Amino acid sequence: MSNKTIALAVAAALLAGTAHAQGISGDVVKIGIMNGASGPYAAISGKGSVVAAQMAVEDFGGKVLGKPVQILSADHQNKPDIGSAVAREWIDREGVDMIADMDTSSVALAVQRLATDKGVLTINTGAGSTALTNEQCTPLGIHYAYDTYALAVGIADPVIRAGGDKWFYITADYAFGHSLEENASNVVKATGGKNVGAVRHPFPNNDFSSYLLQAQGSGANVIALANAGQDTTNTIKQAGEFGIGRGEQQLVGLLVFISEVKSLGLQTAQGLKFTDSWYWDMNDETREFTKRFMQRHNAAPTSDQAAVYSAVTQYLKAVEAAGTDQGKAVRAQLGKMTFNDMYHKNAKLRPDGRVVHDMYLMEVKSPKESKSEWDLVKVIDTIPAEKAFIPLSESKCPLVKKSS
Amino acid sequence: MNRWLWIILIALGLVAPYVLYPVFVMKLLCFALFACAFNLLLGYTGLLSFGHAAFFGAAAYAAGHSIKVWGFPTELGILTGTLVACLLGVVFGKLAIRRQGIYFAMVTLALAQIVYFVALKSSFTGGEDGLQGVPRGRLLGFIDLNDSLNMYYFVLAIFLFGFWLIARIVDSPFGQVLKAIRENEPRALSLGYDVSRFKLIAFVLSATLSGLAGATKAVVFQFASLTDVNWATSGEVVLMTLVGGVGTITGPMVGAFTVVSLHSRLSWMGSWVTVIVGITFIVCVLVFRRGIVGELQELLRRLRGRPTRARPAAAAQPQATKREA
Repeated sequence: MSNKTIALAVAAALLAGTAHAQGISGDVVKIGIMNGASGPYAAISGKGSVVAAQMAVEDFGGKVLGKPVQILSADHQNKPDIGSAVAREWIDREGVDMIADMDTSSVALAVQRLATDKGVLTINTGAGSTALTNEQCTPLGIHYAYDTYALAVGIADPVIRAGGDKWFYITADYAFGHSLEENASNVVKATGGKNVGAVRHPFPNNDFSSYLLQAQGSGANVIALANAGQDTTNTIKQAGEFGIGRGEQQLVGLLVFISEVKSLGLQTAQGLKFTDSWYWDMNDETREFTKRFMQRHNAAPTSDQAAVYSAVTQYLKAVEAAGTDQGKAVRAQLGKMTFNDMYHKNAKLRPDGRVVHDMYLMEVKSPKESKSEWDLVKVIDTIPAEKAFIPLSESKCPLVKKSS
Repeated sequence: MNRWLWIILIALGLVAPYVLYPVFVMKLLCFALFACAFNLLLGYTGLLSFGHAAFFGAAAYAAGHSIKVWGFPTELGILTGTLVACLLGVVFGKLAIRRQGIYFAMVTLALAQIVYFVALKSSFTGGEDGLQGVPRGRLLGFIDLNDSLNMYYFVLAIFLFGFWLIARIVDSPFGQVLKAIRENEPRALSLGYDVSRFKLIAFVLSATLSGLAGATKAVVFQFASLTDVNWATSGEVVLMTLVGGVGTITGPMVGAFTVVSLHSRLSWMGSWVTVIVGITFIVCVLVFRRGIVGELQELLRRLRGRPTRARPAAAAQPQATKREA
């Protein structure tokens, strides 16, 4: 072989290499759905999220840029060490291009940091901590659905206006609970209420009696539950046994999904107000999605599962538009887009990774009002996107300071 | 241990990352070292500690914190973690070796729970969130440990060093005294050995090496969490040692490989893994009480026509109650 041919061959190989880097890595787009499939949040995310992701891929046509799309799933058991080990293996060995759901803040923080270090996108729909896009924001971490600030803003105002001005918190003792309690107490203070105390419980927990008794004797008229999933349903059920929530003290769930309403039953839960980002019975589009979803999964979709569907859909759109599944390029593309689908309406992605969208104040229906098995709540107010999330001007995210 | 075993071990260690996922093998090595360190105490001294996660976890936190917050170089961070485990071992040991048998186990468990509580409530550990984002850094300032293979060979070197040290201790005259204490403590005492001192030294050595394993793990996963200090981890290391073969030099390593692989292979089953590992343990206790390696050695011995050795459980039992009587 002459020198020229070798040079040509090398040039061709290099070109092929660069072309490859811009296209789809490994000739397949792999999306990892990670959540606590066996823990207290299983009903919120769990298998339902995987179903939603698969539906999104099928609705997209199963292929992007002519390459197949594959969904992987794993149970992180709500432990950040397991979550980050799974994420590491997914990225190193499987070549996963995007990780979604997460649903436990401590896990989400660990996975987001690790994935960004390795150039992989994370779209978190399940976890709530504002730290994800605030103090601990990363260039490739996206917070797609609700966060604890949005939850607090939505619920604190109407409760305080109705006279509930002395708040006591029962808080799950990890990133999410801390974040929720902090956000809520700030909002309560700003709205003219008073924070009289807080107690923290291990996560996950079963016996809430000692915390409830403390809350009962605190002199508060609002007992706010800064926890989620089965922890919340357990607290509410046990509160019922102590007669809490019927007298002068009222219970406020800061994070409630319809799966919890369902498991509590309307008799127990009626009148409960909470903030959420989506409800299955909002319009024809959501009902159509729900109908298809319920053919595969024996429960109506939660807002988290709907968000997973939307996140996967928008991600695939961005991959198509960017012409690659390379993390940075897709993130840049997502930043240019406006999200419109059955979950989001005119939602935008900010430089800190926060997707801003409307939130809704919901109220659980009474058993009389409910017409069918999953007819559980009604939307009573809309919190507009610009009010629902921490404004960029108050952000502690270093990425924001750089750009301003 | 004979030379051939060493050659096989090193050869396997060198080839492993090309066959298996390096991070997984690193995890195996960390837990193997942890189990071997634990075996030094249970297998060779006859002391059942139920709080070894405290050393493993405390070292992980100390290493993570010193590297992440104080900016220590990686190797110094691991040494810091090991040193913390060593100091903790002195304190625990001083208190625990005054008691024997089940009381010894309970004291170590109680002390470990204190460490767990401190880890849960301190702000530097990150509580339930864990100590996240520990940088791997550069070894000796120029080898980039973010590369899996570099990291792997560094971990392999640490493991081989720890393993060699344990093998050396066991074969030394000091190790012989430990075995004497295990077999018959009053007799060792009557022969003029300061039994308490030997036990304390064995305890501290075991704690220190457990710490070395924990600190290394924190660097590998860039993470230290409550799982590392949890009592379940203390239980896990007992399980690894028993499954592999208590009182054998390679047993705990085999046990660690088995248990960690089970966890990883069956991770898709979620919390059912615990049940399966539990059943494995019961089967192990009922069917092959000497553990995997212990039974293999026994088989070899029988094939060669040598007399069988007494079962370790039977040998260890009277010792536990003798002093109290």
